[in-house]
Amino acid sequence: MGALIDQFPVLAAVAALLGLGVIFGAILGFASVRFRTEGNPLADQINEILPQTQCGQCGYPGCRPYAEAIADGDAINKCPPGGEETIQDLAHLLDVEPEPLDAEHGVEKEPAVAYIREDECIGCTKCIQACPVDAILGAAKLMHTVIVDECTGCDLCVEPCPVDCIDMIPRKSGIASWHWSLPEEDPVRTRIIATDGAAA
Amino acid sequence: MRKIHDIHGGIHPPERKALSRPGELQTPPMPGRLVLPLSQHIGKPAQPVVAVGDQVLGGQLIAEAEGPVSVPVHAPTSGTITAVDRFAIPHASGLEDCCVEIAPDGTDRWVELNGIDDYRAFEPSELVSLARNAGIAGMGGAGFPTAVKLMAREGRSIDTVIINGTECEPYITADDTIMQCQPREIVLGAQMLAYIVGAEHIVIGVEDNKPTAFAAMRDAASGIDNRIEVVSFPTKYPSGGEKQLIEILTGKQVPSGGLPSDIGILCNNPGTAVAIYEAIANGRPLTRRIVTLTGEALQNPGNFEAMLGTPISHLLDAAGYRAEQNNRLIHGGPMMGFALHSADIPIIKTTNCILAPTEQELPTPAPAQPCIRCGMCAEACPAELLPQQLYWFARAKDNDSLEQHNLFDCIECGACSWVCPSQIPLVQYYRAGKAAINEARQEKVRSDRSRARFEARQERVEREAAEREAKRAQRKAAAQRKAEGSDGEDPVKAAIARAKARKQAEESTE
Repeated sequence: MGALIDQFPVLAAVAALLGLGVIFGAILGFASVRFRTEGNPLADQINEILPQTQCGQCGYPGCRPYAEAIADGDAINKCPPGGEETIQDLAHLLDVEPEPLDAEHGVEKEPAVAYIREDECIGCTKCIQACPVDAILGAAKLMHTVIVDECTGCDLCVEPCPVDCIDMIPRKSGIASWHWSLPEEDPVRTRIIATDGAAA
Repeated sequence: MRKIHDIHGGIHPPERKALSRPGELQTPPMPGRLVLPLSQHIGKPAQPVVAVGDQVLGGQLIAEAEGPVSVPVHAPTSGTITAVDRFAIPHASGLEDCCVEIAPDGTDRWVELNGIDDYRAFEPSELVSLARNAGIAGMGGAGFPTAVKLMAREGRSIDTVIINGTECEPYITADDTIMQCQPREIVLGAQMLAYIVGAEHIVIGVEDNKPTAFAAMRDAASGIDNRIEVVSFPTKYPSGGEKQLIEILTGKQVPSGGLPSDIGILCNNPGTAVAIYEAIANGRPLTRRIVTLTGEALQNPGNFEAMLGTPISHLLDAAGYRAEQNNRLIHGGPMMGFALHSADIPIIKTTNCILAPTEQELPTPAPAQPCIRCGMCAEACPAELLPQQLYWFARAKDNDSLEQHNLFDCIECGACSWVCPSQIPLVQYYRAGKAAINEARQEKVRSDRSRARFEARQERVEREAAEREAKRAQRKAAAQRKAEGSDGEDPVKAAIARAKARKQAEESTE
């Protein structure tokens, strides 16, 4: 063996490299089959950040399709329900510059829930078909109602209603949802020396 | 003799406790109306079981507990239900919440109360349900349902019951007064608590600025059971924080994010111990509590045993309120309390103090100055946190860093704000930070559920479409087979022929 290597040093080197190539190629080939990831993991991560309102204001039929579009390079500022916060989180995840919300797709609103004025409902089931999260309960020619805890406030049921009996009302109200807010800061008053607030 | 441990940080604000003359208990006159909020505790609000116009007796159930973490409400005296509506309640928001309003009839007739002579003959679980039905929520300030604390949990055993007679917050003397006036009931209540949770040791901790209360507790305890330890320890704010007191008395630290029960300890306020005693020995639900009314804007500050639901304005009148001298009304003490938006608000199970200071006594906070990074807040923090870091993170709304720096171990005692030379309202930043994180967590739960529902719906819609498509294909295939089966005869022509035949048949019958 040693004598052979001594005799054909170049061939021996080539053979060794080829051998290594075959071995590592086999390992990589095995790993790519054995540890294959299903779906698009980046789209999953993006989908985690999106608010899951399923409103379609971004132009895609739901959050998951938009997440896939972002993973393929679409803009991150098309989600009004998520607002600034979602844009910040997406920018952080994707390591891109955050952009202001694209007004073309709507503006950031207070979270709302749909409310069906039950006396006026004619039981047409159109809103039930429109609801992306099955949050409306009812049957043909019978009154419908919204399961408040499941409603994402997407607005999609408002448009199809032929008698216009669906209102969007603010989700937050009452003492249970009240919480402390950050103290108001007066930038002028908190400036003692000239450089204060210069960095802000 | 129990070894007394020290806690990190802490402050020594002026105590001002003598102002409200601890130990003297007064009874205010009967108020003209009582407003009982349905949510006087942490957990779900109680559900009213009375309607407007109903006559109720003292001790009668007027709202029942909703779910396991909830507390019922009882009528404090006899009278008529005049409203079940929204009224302003003691809350930092100043918002209204559901309440039951009672117009007392002045006779103070009560339902028949059935106490238990020998509680040791009963199962602990039966005593827990007595405590639950008596509407007891922790009376130290947070208002956690006591029965939930007492319920046995798998894999956890309690070996020590601590009665927290610290009352470290300035001005407040409600616990001091109850320890001086009802020491026997506190000790008996503590014994009942120990029996319920199966604890061997009972420790009653009293700060050394309350020598009279300490002596009263010691005498009462030695007269009942020699093994009960009554311990005095140096005064420092906030020694009365549950986790702080546990460290002082046992040297053990409650783990971050954990509960005292994780290290085998149950901690209760003396008022709660008395309420437990009353509920078990006398069958009396919680309808009264001791409230300290203090501050220099009162002519007659003191401790009042008031019915729950008594309007604060009524108590203030009894204490000689001079509104023109008062700068704001505070529910609770000067460190952890919150300003009330009006005096037309009832007292509830957690109201230990109403403070009416003058402007000179408790000046309006000066505007906050920039943080100079002096680090005094970190020295004062009893939870060994880094208040300054938390302040920067809260301002930057950096929730991840706030959590990593253990924001949720902050007990909101206000020691950091008190020492801050720039008068930064640090606690408010932490409260806002906690609220933001909690909201984000709730949002996460919501969005996860929405995603699951959306995906389930997508799947169903696709499945239904596929089924329809399959049926259509099936019908098409069947039609084709039929067409082929009838020897090339055109099915359309056949149908027309059939229709014609039927029409002719109809015409012939006419």
